[in-house]
Amino acid sequence: MRRLPGMTATATSARSDLSELGRSETALRNFLHGLPGVDQVGAEQRAAQLGTRSIKTTAKARAIDLAIRMVDLTTLEGADTPGKVRALAAKALRPDPADPSCPHVGAVCVYPAMVPYVAEVLRGSAGSGRPSGGPDGNAPAGPGVVHLASVATAFPSGQAPLEVKLADTRAAVAAGADEIDMVINRGAFLAGRYREVYDEIVATKQACGDAHLKVILETGELATYDNVRRASWLAMLAGGDFIKTSTGKVPVAATLPVTLVMLEAVRDFRAATGRQVGVKPAGGIKNTKDAIKYLVMVNETVGPDWLDPDWFRFGASSLLNDLLMQRTKLTTGVYSGPDYFTLD
Amino acid sequence: MIFEYAPAPESRSVVDLKPSYGLFVDGEFVDPADGGGFKSVNPASEEVLAEIAEAGSADVDRAVRAARTAYEKVWGPMPGRDRAKYLFRIARIIQERSRELAVLESLDNGKPIRESRDVDLPLVAAHFFYYAGWADKLPYAGFGPNPRPLGVAAQVIPWNFPLLMLAWKIAPALAAGNTVVLKPAETTPLTALLFAEICQQAELPAGVVNIVTGAGDTGRALVEHPGVDKVAFTGSTEVGKAIARSVAGTGKKVTLELGGKAANIVFDDAPVDQAVEGIVNGIFFNQGHVCCAGSRLLVQESVAEQVLESLKRRMALLRVGDPLDKNTDIGAINSAAQLARIRELSAAGEAEGAERWSPPCELPERGFWFAPTIFTGVTQAHRIAREEIFGPVLSVLTFRTPAEAVEKANNTPYGLSAGIWTDKGSRILWMADRLRAGVVWANTFNKFDPTSPFGGYKESGYGREGGRHGLEGYLGV
Repeated sequence: MRRLPGMTATATSARSDLSELGRSETALRNFLHGLPGVDQVGAEQRAAQLGTRSIKTTAKARAIDLAIRMVDLTTLEGADTPGKVRALAAKALRPDPADPSCPHVGAVCVYPAMVPYVAEVLRGSAGSGRPSGGPDGNAPAGPGVVHLASVATAFPSGQAPLEVKLADTRAAVAAGADEIDMVINRGAFLAGRYREVYDEIVATKQACGDAHLKVILETGELATYDNVRRASWLAMLAGGDFIKTSTGKVPVAATLPVTLVMLEAVRDFRAATGRQVGVKPAGGIKNTKDAIKYLVMVNETVGPDWLDPDWFRFGASSLLNDLLMQRTKLTTGVYSGPDYFTLD
Repeated sequence: MIFEYAPAPESRSVVDLKPSYGLFVDGEFVDPADGGGFKSVNPASEEVLAEIAEAGSADVDRAVRAARTAYEKVWGPMPGRDRAKYLFRIARIIQERSRELAVLESLDNGKPIRESRDVDLPLVAAHFFYYAGWADKLPYAGFGPNPRPLGVAAQVIPWNFPLLMLAWKIAPALAAGNTVVLKPAETTPLTALLFAEICQQAELPAGVVNIVTGAGDTGRALVEHPGVDKVAFTGSTEVGKAIARSVAGTGKKVTLELGGKAANIVFDDAPVDQAVEGIVNGIFFNQGHVCCAGSRLLVQESVAEQVLESLKRRMALLRVGDPLDKNTDIGAINSAAQLARIRELSAAGEAEGAERWSPPCELPERGFWFAPTIFTGVTQAHRIAREEIFGPVLSVLTFRTPAEAVEKANNTPYGLSAGIWTDKGSRILWMADRLRAGVVWANTFNKFDPTSPFGGYKESGYGREGGRHGLEGYLGV
């Protein structure tokens, strides 16, 4: 059992210590500030080094299928329409209509108002005998396998009263979302009001009921890797099922070093508490090459336990088409033009 | 899912190896006077790469004379700005041919292509660019208004960074206006010979760079040649001492860059994940064949368990194998002799009671291989804590107070480098003041740059290479 900084207690009492942390602002602050620091240069160097791994042939084919299964196919625009999200949901179920061996994606991610339309498509397909997942049998298809995620809690700014955020969450769940992507209160976090952030996450988790909670840290606004590590631990301590980098609505979205720091956090959190938490980089991951760099990083930071759509997701929209194009290239030997893949 | 990386080998076809190589003297390849030779092998497969000429004393004499003539007639009188043009040209050709040089370096040395491609070659080119810039600015280097070159430099380099050590030696020597006779190590002569071809391609005047291949006897003949004005050596402390004795009483200027037993010191407030990367980079970079390797890990007691656990987890991810595979982290040990030495010292570590650990790791059958290894429970009295192993073997010691860390770090006859890992800036400065080591890295390790001087205290040698300081060894100051 990994020992945490400043804690000499045994594993069992470490667990109970962690559950007590949220009760006191001081305890929470001391704990978060007692986490080992992150050296910026070193973290970026490690991320860059992992980015030089060369993934070819069979490894690439498997990585692409895995990446497709990990995509949270996302549209979060004011201009989203029922028609657009229905199309997106259809694509999520069957990303490459020409190739039944192509696995479906991990989830569809939309605004709460769009949830019912997506639910219609995803549920409607449940009994329709759609083709099963990947060729390696890793992705058995079935009802509800494509999850329905919705951003809630006054996404993307989080600048709304708590009651509004919770109502937003409940509405999304009631409409059929089984995953909720919430944003943390960055203002409170940066001001050092950790308890406030913690309580909001706890409350949102309650409002989620059975739905999985992804906590968006908006790392582009957290300024330092030390803050990313602290926010990751805070979100996990408060009960988040996933930690997610970004809303995609600020200039700096997911980066490899930020994801590295978050992966280290979930690894250490599991070692300390026994509970596994997922990671979702979101925004700015546009092509297969980038996606594979992330998978290599998962592989060499937290290991195979996280190489599964239940524990790692990509929040992305244009990524899927590039994955499909690369997949087709590998199976047929030729590149097809973008017109052969549906736009969403 | 288990994510297995498929083989991703770099192509060998970019390298055009000749079956045999002569000596590079006075601008052309010549046969040795007595026709002797030896073989250079690929340490990853024991396959013979090429036949190499062995230079005897007559060949060395010929090379030194060629260098003398070139110094007196061409290179010495040439204005600095013109010397710079040649050096810039060489630097550019190195960049253009970097893939070829990197593949050849990995073939001959056994180091992973990731390192020869991403570390060695960029640094080699950077060194030539950097010293090219000094060639016409020597009056401003702080060695007087008109510093003069020494003449002919005899340079003997090791096998761990064959081309990089060549660059460290040749670039400042030429920039300062000297000519050189360089002897590469007998196990890794190939990139030096390709460099000779690059000198031809750059139309460097004949005799400015001469390369004589051979083993210890060739090196001795070169160093002891009376026509040599300067001796520069990088290698073992034992040979360095012999060189110092042999040149004593002569007018030869000497710089020596010798062994090391660096302490990599991790405090309890260190950024743990990056420190673990630094430990791994410190000792497993280049199979530990690094004179400034962080071969002694000093970790503060209160975090020792946590750091070791993270280190072991990280070590289990190291990919040992084919040096030409782009995903290889640790390549082959350079020679059978070096492998035997690593094995002997590791056996001594066990015999003296230290606890040995290596991750499960499949080693290829042919070639020279050694799994990444750590020893815990090591004391200052153990041989593995005192002697330079020059392999992927880390000795772990603990300390309680900063003063104890300094005492242990300095308690070695060597003093080449040290590393400090802490989030506290004031402690970095306090430690750096007290560590007797030529290079002190803070929250990083094995970082090199041509602008930064490098060299040792005590038995790690004297003189500095790199930076403005690196010019001093090649100027009459």
